[in-house]
Amino acid sequence: MGVTGPIPLEVKPVSDTNHQQPHQTSGHAIYEELSATDDFKELRTRYRAFAIPWTVAFLVWYLLYVVLSIFATDFMSIRLVGNINVALVFGLLQFASTFLIAWLYSRHAGKALDPLARRLELRYNQEVGR
Amino acid sequence: MSSETLTAVLFVLVVLVTVGITFWASRQTHGATDYYAGGRSFSGVQNGLAISGDYMSAASFLGISGAIALSGYDGFLYSIGFLVAWLVALLLVAELLRNSGRYTMADQLAYRMQQRPVRTAAATSTVVVSIFYLLAQMVGAGALVALLLGVDSETLKALTIVGVGLLMIFYVTVGGMKGTTWVQIVKAVLLMAGTILITVLVLAQFNFNLSELLGAAADNTGKGEAFLNPGLKYGIDMTSKIDFISLSLALVLGTAGLPHILIRFYTVPTAKDARTSVLWAITLIGAFYLMTLALGFGAAALLDTGPESAVATSGGNLASPLLAEAVGGGAGSTGGAVLLALISAVAFATILAVVAGLTLTSASSVAHDLYANVFKKGTASEKDEVRVAKIAAFVIGGIAIALAIPAQKLNIAFLVALAFAVAASANLPSIIYNLFWRKFNTRGATWAIYGGLVTCLVLVASSPVVSGSETALFVNHDWSWFPLSNPGIISIPAGFFFGWLGTVTSNEPEAAAAYTELEVRSLTGAGAEGVVTTH
Repeated sequence: MGVTGPIPLEVKPVSDTNHQQPHQTSGHAIYEELSATDDFKELRTRYRAFAIPWTVAFLVWYLLYVVLSIFATDFMSIRLVGNINVALVFGLLQFASTFLIAWLYSRHAGKALDPLARRLELRYNQEVGR
Repeated sequence: MSSETLTAVLFVLVVLVTVGITFWASRQTHGATDYYAGGRSFSGVQNGLAISGDYMSAASFLGISGAIALSGYDGFLYSIGFLVAWLVALLLVAELLRNSGRYTMADQLAYRMQQRPVRTAAATSTVVVSIFYLLAQMVGAGALVALLLGVDSETLKALTIVGVGLLMIFYVTVGGMKGTTWVQIVKAVLLMAGTILITVLVLAQFNFNLSELLGAAADNTGKGEAFLNPGLKYGIDMTSKIDFISLSLALVLGTAGLPHILIRFYTVPTAKDARTSVLWAITLIGAFYLMTLALGFGAAALLDTGPESAVATSGGNLASPLLAEAVGGGAGSTGGAVLLALISAVAFATILAVVAGLTLTSASSVAHDLYANVFKKGTASEKDEVRVAKIAAFVIGGIAIALAIPAQKLNIAFLVALAFAVAASANLPSIIYNLFWRKFNTRGATWAIYGGLVTCLVLVASSPVVSGSETALFVNHDWSWFPLSNPGIISIPAGFFFGWLGTVTSNEPEAAAAYTELEVRSLTGAGAEGVVTTH
């Protein structure tokens, strides 16, 4: 079960006395092999190209909302329709953007990430055997 | 039948149903994976419901609607941070963690680092976060039961805390992760159903016109338009404004570092199911927080929220239950009594489900991280480990009961915000670094965790919450020098800084070499723990 894999092939025996605790990696050569494949490099690029910019985007968008709510109260208090003001619409837009980004990510993951991940996992299962 | 009797009957019913679920689950639980991770056999939808059940605490259900009822728009600001935070979990953490860990938050660090130091650090912060969160729920339970049963006695409050504590120990020791998960699923369904019902009844009174509801709320509170604009609560002076930004940071970054949320990702068979569960959680939690708008403004529009009112003296905690009574036909009517009792029972179920999840998380970490891997160095049998987890649940439950009774004067929202701040400062930096930074190593991880944790706790201890103000824990002393009550704005960057500093001042080629395996496994699921079938 993960913890007790075969003796590490890659990781050299540790001699430093501070490092007596074993790491939990299996040390299978297969991981280096998979890591070097074009499939994996593509998977990592596609994942990071989505996750990192979008994370920055929603954090900036959220902080903008927080800062405006606290420092631009006049602007946020402008009434739009009836008793609905900018602040409420801005808040509801945070909900909308959260739902939208979650949906975009699940679509991206299903189309661009899952097939590659599945292929790599199959290769792992064939070579290591489970 | 009076409302109090009906409430008491429904509370007992909630207890009986959850106890029944727990006994049923105990018969399905055989090994460590069953106990810690429910056999990884839950579907994405089930886990999504359970995550919602774990996340929407009494602080959300009673606290946010109460905050809106009292402070108007500013109360709503809380819920937005709580929701947006889920994108951090979805995009950066859930799937990668699912593939690289087994039972606890520490697993994914221990995967490529020296186990003993990182497990000790991660277990420490897991227990600290969970205890703060537990205290908030238990203090809330005591206050809620006393208020709802109409008996304001210290003895009853203390008895409620003890009762809730014993129940949570029972759920966790007998039902394990399966029992806890089903309790959370049932609670999530009850909470959503109850909230939808009250929301529809409130909106119906205003012809389903949001603007009309807002107008009535502004009029009824006597605060006028200011009630609908930001600034009523947080816009007082520069300190309160910066305090609010600090709070917002902790809310948005804390969720993905809450141990009791993280371990829920281990209960599903694949990373794809972890993604599905977060999508469901975002949908349910988002819908719930939208409805708290109707509950909060509805309470402001329909109830007396003046300084002497029951809503105000309970700090807003009674806004939802009393609103249910009002839309059911008012005090004294049968409809009012039934709805009040129903919503109170839902709130009670909410507390029970959340405390069970928290206790299980800390007990798992003590048994799996400290006992099995630090103390026994990986030689403990599964059976032993689970036995220790059950003992740990007793001890943690006992500590929580012992602390909650004297902690009753602490503000619940403050305790929850503190748990989020610790999670964001101590846990999130090490999780993010570990998943995305090859050079990150043992010293970096321990410094990130201890650095974030200590900074956070020292700042809180030096804040006006603890000493030097009229509402402080120690009213007659003043050693405060930190002006904010929310430490996040300093302690979160501190956690990231110490993690970076620890990493660049030490060299651990093994951790960097093992990153390749972690990265492949976290992104592809190759070699990840699968479903365990033991029947």
